[in-house]
Amino acid sequence: MSAREDILGRIRAATAGVTAPAVPRDYRIFGDHASGDPRLLDLLTDRLDDYKATVHRVTAAELPGKLAEITLGWSVVVPPGSPLPLPGAAVDDDLAYADLDRIDAVLTGCAAACAETGTIALDGGPGQGRRALTLIPDRHVCVVLADQVVQTVPELLHRLDPARPLTFVSGPSATSDIELNRVEGVHGPRTLIVVLVTA
Amino acid sequence: MSETFLGMPAAPKGVGQLRGDADFPAAARAALADGQLRRNIGHATATIRAKRAKVVGEVPDWQQLRRAGEAIKAATMANLADHLERLEREVTARGGVVHWAGDANEANRIVVDLVRATGADEVVKIKSMATQEIGLNEALEAAGIAPVETDLAELIVQLGHDKPSHILVPAIHRNRAEIREIFLREMPGVDPALTDDPRRLAMAARAHLRAKFLSARVAVSGANFAVAETGTITVVESEGNGRMCLTLPRTLITVMGIEKVVPTWTDLEVFLQLLPRSSTGERMNPYTSTWTGITPGDGPQEFHLVLLDNGRTRVLADPAGRSALHCIRCSACLNVCPVYERTGGHAYGSVYPGPIGAILSPQLTGVADNASLPYASSLCGACFDACPVRIDIPTILVHLRSSVVDDHSRVSPEAVAMAAAAWTMASPGRFRFASRLLRLGRLIGRGGRIRRLPLFLGGWTEARDAPVPPAQTFRTWWRKR
Ligand code: SF4
Repeated sequence: MSAREDILGRIRAATAGVTAPAVPRDYRIFGDHASGDPRLLDLLTDRLDDYKATVHRVTAAELPGKLAEITLGWSVVVPPGSPLPLPGAAVDDDLAYADLDRIDAVLTGCAAACAETGTIALDGGPGQGRRALTLIPDRHVCVVLADQVVQTVPELLHRLDPARPLTFVSGPSATSDIELNRVEGVHGPRTLIVVLVTA
Repeated sequence: MSETFLGMPAAPKGVGQLRGDADFPAAARAALADGQLRRNIGHATATIRAKRAKVVGEVPDWQQLRRAGEAIKAATMANLADHLERLEREVTARGGVVHWAGDANEANRIVVDLVRATGADEVVKIKSMATQEIGLNEALEAAGIAPVETDLAELIVQLGHDKPSHILVPAIHRNRAEIREIFLREMPGVDPALTDDPRRLAMAARAHLRAKFLSARVAVSGANFAVAETGTITVVESEGNGRMCLTLPRTLITVMGIEKVVPTWTDLEVFLQLLPRSSTGERMNPYTSTWTGITPGDGPQEFHLVLLDNGRTRVLADPAGRSALHCIRCSACLNVCPVYERTGGHAYGSVYPGPIGAILSPQLTGVADNASLPYASSLCGACFDACPVRIDIPTILVHLRSSVVDDHSRVSPEAVAMAAAAWTMASPGRFRFASRLLRLGRLIGRGGRIRRLPLFLGGWTEARDAPVPPAQTFRTWWRKR
């Protein structure tokens, strides 16, 4: 018998007659505020601050100026077809990892964000690019639109498609492995800058 | 008792890390003599406990989430074979390849063969309990393949030729000066002016691993969760080394215990809330990655999922012990355990230390091989209160103790030389007091359950009934021998 049949056979023998309990789903699914509510934007900002990310809040009209200001003096890469206004940015047309490693910053959008946990989700959709793009450059500038911000983790997951490769980012990478001292910025981008765009 | 699970093989001897060189009391005695170790562990557990309490306290539906997590895990186990077959179908449909490994040796063979087929002689690794459990690094090295641990703590452990001492912070037994020395000694090309500033040390690790990440052809990971209905694998991490491994190499090999499957995508909304807050005491860990098979043009283009039994079906076959498989490896039970706090992780001899290790390791190996571990506890119940999926560790400990007692002909004399453990538990007066209270419980318990316990045990019994301890407690038991 193959290992597969062996293991499945053992599992069926071990669980014969065991019935699955009903799963109580009385935990919170929806938050108190609709997506984009200013209170959620405040909460998201507070959480990201806590993770030592930098947050800027701008209107759509202010966005181009703010992006130019943030990235002043940096080489910047954007995903192909990026709708974000940043003249002069390089486009990731399947750049080699070594090339991405030489670029100062990557500028992307996101798929959704969760205020309660300060989490930004990337799904490789428009304006986000492949996973290597938001991983190798040392700075990640991420534009979050107000109506992408939901309150709870269940609301966040409901907005995402598991068939796509997903990355949940809650602040820059960090380690506490040395005497529990938190050091922000290890292997992923050491700097996370979030630009929150309100209407 | 040990014959109950006939036909359900235990994790094999001679491979991997589920059995220690010495039994718990002997190993604990050595640990207790190490003041530095005790201070480091004490500091770590106290700090994480405080962080966890703060972020758990701000979740209004924490108890509902725990109950949901508990039920999802129990429901998964009830139909585990179906969920694994579904997972296999979905992963395969998306271009992944699923392998089944009955035990550590089979899993190691599968991974070694897969790496060999790529022609690579080095693999980058994300911290993974499963691959430690099966001794994958040793198997790779024996095959001439260099495994590179990329989690900072695992790197410290690997470069220090050492063993992990905690699930979450495996190098917590090392202080910054020791880490600096290890890096200076073992890290090629490291700046000789390296100081013991944690930031400088972390940046030395970053520089050391950067080139490896950018050129690695094969990565090996574990998995925190695998969603059966979608074939989606999830890895939860902090440093970004996980993302590097999961994204950059061409080939990704994930080794996952069969119990890590969850039925639906919706189930993740429960565990992604329970795990980070219980584990690191964060609202959310910095990075979580999920992937489903292969995505053309994005990430690894070859994906292998190795499903590992290695004693798990044996655990599953015991109705009184199977909930040990519900563990999501958050390490909260370690951080609240008064025994762990004094002995650290090495004393448990297994990759799984602390309260969860005391119930999981003996079940995976068979109780005779880890006979002292079910006694490595004062039964104070703090582990149950902390456990995000409500595993009733104290009751399982009592159950396993009765297996050891039933099976005492198989217990080696060493296993019952419990002097150091006794010292541990007798040291703060409250343990003696607690065990007396628990013995009293035997007199008052009706129907095998204790309804209420006084004093500090109260917090425990508010949430659940305490198991009635066996007439022979640990202390009286070891004294007799
Ligand atoms: S037994 Fe519970 S508390 Fe302990 S590591 Fe597992 S999930 Fe966490």
